[in-house]
Amino acid sequence: MTDQTREIHMQVMWNRLISVVEEQAMTLLRTAFSTSVREAGDLSAGVFDPEGRMLAQAITGTPGHVNTMAEAVLHFIDEIGRENMFPGDTYVTNDPWKGTGHLHDITMVSPSFKGDRLVGFFACTAHVVDVGGRGFGADGKSVYEEGIQIPIMKFAERGVVNADLVRLLRANVRESNQVVGDFYSLAACNDVGHNRLIAMMEEIGLDTLDDLGDFIFTRTRAATLERIAGLPRGGWTNTLMTDGYDRPVRLVATVETRDGTVNVDFTGSDPQSRYGINVPIIYTKAYACYAMKCVVAPDIPNNWASLEPFTVSSPVNILNAERPAPVSLRHVFGHLVPDLVLGALAQALPGRILAEGSGALWNIHMSVRPLAQQSGQRAEILMFNSGGMGARPGLDGLSATAFPSGVMTMPIEATEHTGPVVIWRKELRPDSGGDGEYRGGLGQVIEIEPAPGHEFDFSAMFDRIGYAPRGREGGKDGAPGLAALDDGTRLKPKGWQHVPAGRRLVLHLPGGGGYGDPARRDAMARAEDLLKGYVTGGEK
Amino acid sequence: MTAQIRLGADIGGTFTDIALEAEGALFSTKVLTNYAAPEQAILDGMDIVLSQAGLGYADLDILIHGTTLATNALIERRGARTAFVTTEGFRDVIEMRTESRFDQHDLNLLLPTPLVPREDRFAVAGRIDARGQELQPLDEAALQALAGRIAAGGYAAVAIGFIHSYLNPAHEQRARQIIAAKVGLPISISSEVSPQMREFERFNTVCANAYVRPRMADYLGRLQTRLQEKGAGCPVFMIHSGGGLISVETASEFPVRLIESGPAGGAIFAADVAQRFGLDKVVSYDMGGTTAKICLIEDFSPKTARSFEVARTTRFAKGSGMPISIPVIEMIEIGAGGGSIAWVDAMGRIQTGPESAGSEPGPACYQRGGERPAITDADLVLGKLDAENFAGGAIRLSTGKAQAAIARDVGERLSLAPQAAAFGICEVVDENMANAARVHAVENGKNISENLMVAFGGAAPLHAARLCEKLGIDRCLIPPGAGVGSAIGFLKAPFGYEALASRIIGLSTFDPQAVNALVEDLKVTAEGFVRQGAAGRILCEITAFMRYRGQGWEIPVPLPVRPFTAGDAGLIRQSFLDAYARFFGRAIDGLSGLEIEIVTLSVKASDERPAPESVSLTPGSRTIMPPQMREVFDPSATRMLPTGIIARDSLRPGDRVSGPVVVVERETSTVATAPFDVVMQSDGSLLLLRKDIAR
Repeated sequence: MTDQTREIHMQVMWNRLISVVEEQAMTLLRTAFSTSVREAGDLSAGVFDPEGRMLAQAITGTPGHVNTMAEAVLHFIDEIGRENMFPGDTYVTNDPWKGTGHLHDITMVSPSFKGDRLVGFFACTAHVVDVGGRGFGADGKSVYEEGIQIPIMKFAERGVVNADLVRLLRANVRESNQVVGDFYSLAACNDVGHNRLIAMMEEIGLDTLDDLGDFIFTRTRAATLERIAGLPRGGWTNTLMTDGYDRPVRLVATVETRDGTVNVDFTGSDPQSRYGINVPIIYTKAYACYAMKCVVAPDIPNNWASLEPFTVSSPVNILNAERPAPVSLRHVFGHLVPDLVLGALAQALPGRILAEGSGALWNIHMSVRPLAQQSGQRAEILMFNSGGMGARPGLDGLSATAFPSGVMTMPIEATEHTGPVVIWRKELRPDSGGDGEYRGGLGQVIEIEPAPGHEFDFSAMFDRIGYAPRGREGGKDGAPGLAALDDGTRLKPKGWQHVPAGRRLVLHLPGGGGYGDPARRDAMARAEDLLKGYVTGGEK
Repeated sequence: MTAQIRLGADIGGTFTDIALEAEGALFSTKVLTNYAAPEQAILDGMDIVLSQAGLGYADLDILIHGTTLATNALIERRGARTAFVTTEGFRDVIEMRTESRFDQHDLNLLLPTPLVPREDRFAVAGRIDARGQELQPLDEAALQALAGRIAAGGYAAVAIGFIHSYLNPAHEQRARQIIAAKVGLPISISSEVSPQMREFERFNTVCANAYVRPRMADYLGRLQTRLQEKGAGCPVFMIHSGGGLISVETASEFPVRLIESGPAGGAIFAADVAQRFGLDKVVSYDMGGTTAKICLIEDFSPKTARSFEVARTTRFAKGSGMPISIPVIEMIEIGAGGGSIAWVDAMGRIQTGPESAGSEPGPACYQRGGERPAITDADLVLGKLDAENFAGGAIRLSTGKAQAAIARDVGERLSLAPQAAAFGICEVVDENMANAARVHAVENGKNISENLMVAFGGAAPLHAARLCEKLGIDRCLIPPGAGVGSAIGFLKAPFGYEALASRIIGLSTFDPQAVNALVEDLKVTAEGFVRQGAAGRILCEITAFMRYRGQGWEIPVPLPVRPFTAGDAGLIRQSFLDAYARFFGRAIDGLSGLEIEIVTLSVKASDERPAPESVSLTPGSRTIMPPQMREVFDPSATRMLPTGIIARDSLRPGDRVSGPVVVVERETSTVATAPFDVVMQSDGSLLLLRKDIAR
């Protein structure tokens, strides 16, 4: 084979491998029960070499899952042991420190055998609707209160499902059919990936993925290192204040560029919290790497070699929480880690980094029930909602768009089918984008009422209420968030709270910060903002 | 067949293609699309083919029409100024989309702008709940006031989309009544245009319908008038996006159903070729003047879907376009046609499309005032086209103008000679198409290189061989009439209509009477559409879209066409479990009492089509030397090579010509690059065959 044709051949196989994992992810999307997976795409899927190094990931997926899953596979190999792996096996865990940071995410890993040779692993992760315990929220005092813990174990051995695990699960979770159904979906998606991989290897005549893995890692490493070499040398520190649970929490990051690596250190961040807003380092790292990658190497495919040069370090604190700290809402600070890291990078790369945005998704988990003495429906409902992104150098921020998370919102028609709530409003929030030469993206306003004859408790998972997303390079801050009832009662940013029958929960999601001096904003852009009502013109 | 003399007319962004079938003989022509009066181009083309056939307008038994006018209006954002009336609290659904980014790592991402801008979206109180019950009455007073604003607002169309209207259309219907009383504009309501759950998709679909409706209704009205003036008394039918035929009246009201109608005809054309040759895995590649369309055809049927995405804006990325929820032949379409404009971006990269020179002014080489270089200009500079014989000599091409345009807009900016710049342009557009084809195959879980390609449309035969090189495909058929493939496909299309109804039916409480009544209703609707054009036997297919309760994705489960009895619940359950295992590997067990449910029932009715005569592929029995040679650029050799030139009509079945060679014909030219030979088949198709494939 000539070098040129080998090159093309390898590129084609690399593409094929990405298509295999994409199909794996699509299967999960189409078979999943929980709305967070099927409508919002809160999942990830990837293929790994026999050493547990990620070869390719699906484009469908969210960074917090992908980058954590990339590390999780190593734990599975260690704990199960290669000698105990057989064709038809599937392994499972929801260990926050070995999986993706909280109990709600189920990670499954399946070995892929061609004949009796182990050629790789498929892994996937999805957020399930319930894991028992106190439910999805910040109120647990330790991980033991947050739900059932599944240590790394076999979900299926040689194709036979572990019935005891299924019974145990069924007895411990609220929506057992949906949760068990999602376990099957996860396993099925790994099966689909495995079947497609073996078919591809047979067609091409491959016995192992070694050569392809070398090709992928060599190319990726070279490209990534070249980009890192283009960064200025030094260290830059940034601080971000957040709402916390009952008191503000300080997050600190120092980005340091070295020879061929970039390290992010979280020394200076506040200690662990008593509440479930702590973050295992595996999840902190996932979002720190994601932020770095967006700036340094957005076009380089994600795999072991593209992630390897990025490292993190931290003493034990809120971004490096130790077992048994409660971690249920680890995503809130996890989602703020990119703004934290980007703020440090902005000092290294002036003029290139977007302003701060809403950051954390405004997730709402509702437990709806009929009023006492009335008939009705009980349901667990989860919604993902997004505020505004920060303005970019040269571009306005995106309105009501998830960043850094990769999830989608659910159609409200699908949400209302899930349980007895009425969503009265879900639309853009005027005047919430920070002013600047480039305006921050708008947040949104949401109003939710229990359906007639019902009430609900909801778990708040909000931030940026006390501290607005900051503008950059002279841009103004975005509007901070607000959580209240329609009678004006202010609600807390986190924790379980009550919405009685007849009242509406009102949420104002934060807008993104502006970029650059507002005096430089184009007159046409200002006129357009007024015409469309993005800005109402009541002030300024 | 119900009609003996059938005429197909396909309006593309650049060309209007006409195909006439009379007593087994086929006549065809291409004329330039006329933007100001699209119907004029049809009549011009009809004059040509009717005179070729020695027939008059009155002799026609049926006219079947398809058009990309609706699709192009969406891609190029040239539709009516539309007012969108929606439920209070949901003014921004079509702008907020899915609240996600289609590219995870691109911080400078741009999302597509909504079809109807925020200042033209109006919210009105009134609410239906998730069970279809009224939760809050419609604010009729506010609607009255709004109707006045719309009447005075300079709008040309109105769309109405309310939450949960697919379950209960009463508010939408009432709102239409109120607005219609004050506003003399066409009004589209989402419960009629797209009665499917998920507000973003449904609202966008109704907005798209309204947006293209005035243009399409005017146009179809004029067409019918002009045809009558010419003495054509035959019925006119439109091909719809699902590949069947509907009446002009239905099409005028629901023009969104015409999106992808031209391409649907192309897919039917390719499916017919696949069936003739007995090929079970085919990828159709249709490249016209404005766009390229790629569709997978398995077992002689194009893949179909209940929704699709049009007008993708960024590198064809999924999520960068807009969703349309209607029954459709599933394909991917990108802005890559002969008329696509080539340009250089800020980073010095050559880009092509999606902007198209169309037919007016057309590529620079048409000498009709076009100044900017198009793909056709690059094809001409590379020697792939004969300047004197383009589109049957209908247009004289100027190589000088093409070179000048390429030099000015691309060559000089990148310090490339015109020929090298032309090669760069063609490589970029071919690579874009190859990527789109790969993405489409991946999204369907298929391997593109396992397919045989069927290439048609004016520009496809010029690019097919290079595309096959890029995709690892080693066989490609270019059927006779390839230049007007979609129009021929129209002639093969069944009278077909798919009627859908969303009803949640749990199998544990399966009520055969209720299901039979629903199926009967759908059957009456679907057959009613088919009866508008077909007198013979009608075939029905019943499909239940099913899932485990709690899932969000339904899989199609074919059901027997007969009345159901109570005992059929078990059969339907088993059919679902089998289908589920086929799709996803294994059915779910271990779930106590997990309900299986039907979400949507579909009845597809179509008239019976005769099977085409079957032929087999031949690798050729004798080698022919082309009579002429010309210098043509070969992409894999990356230089000009002496290339054979041979007329298609001089080839006999079994003749094999070694590439590089250009096979010329009236409507297009087929380029076989150096790695390919070309073989004439017994039905008149050309087969491009990789040289390294054994004879």
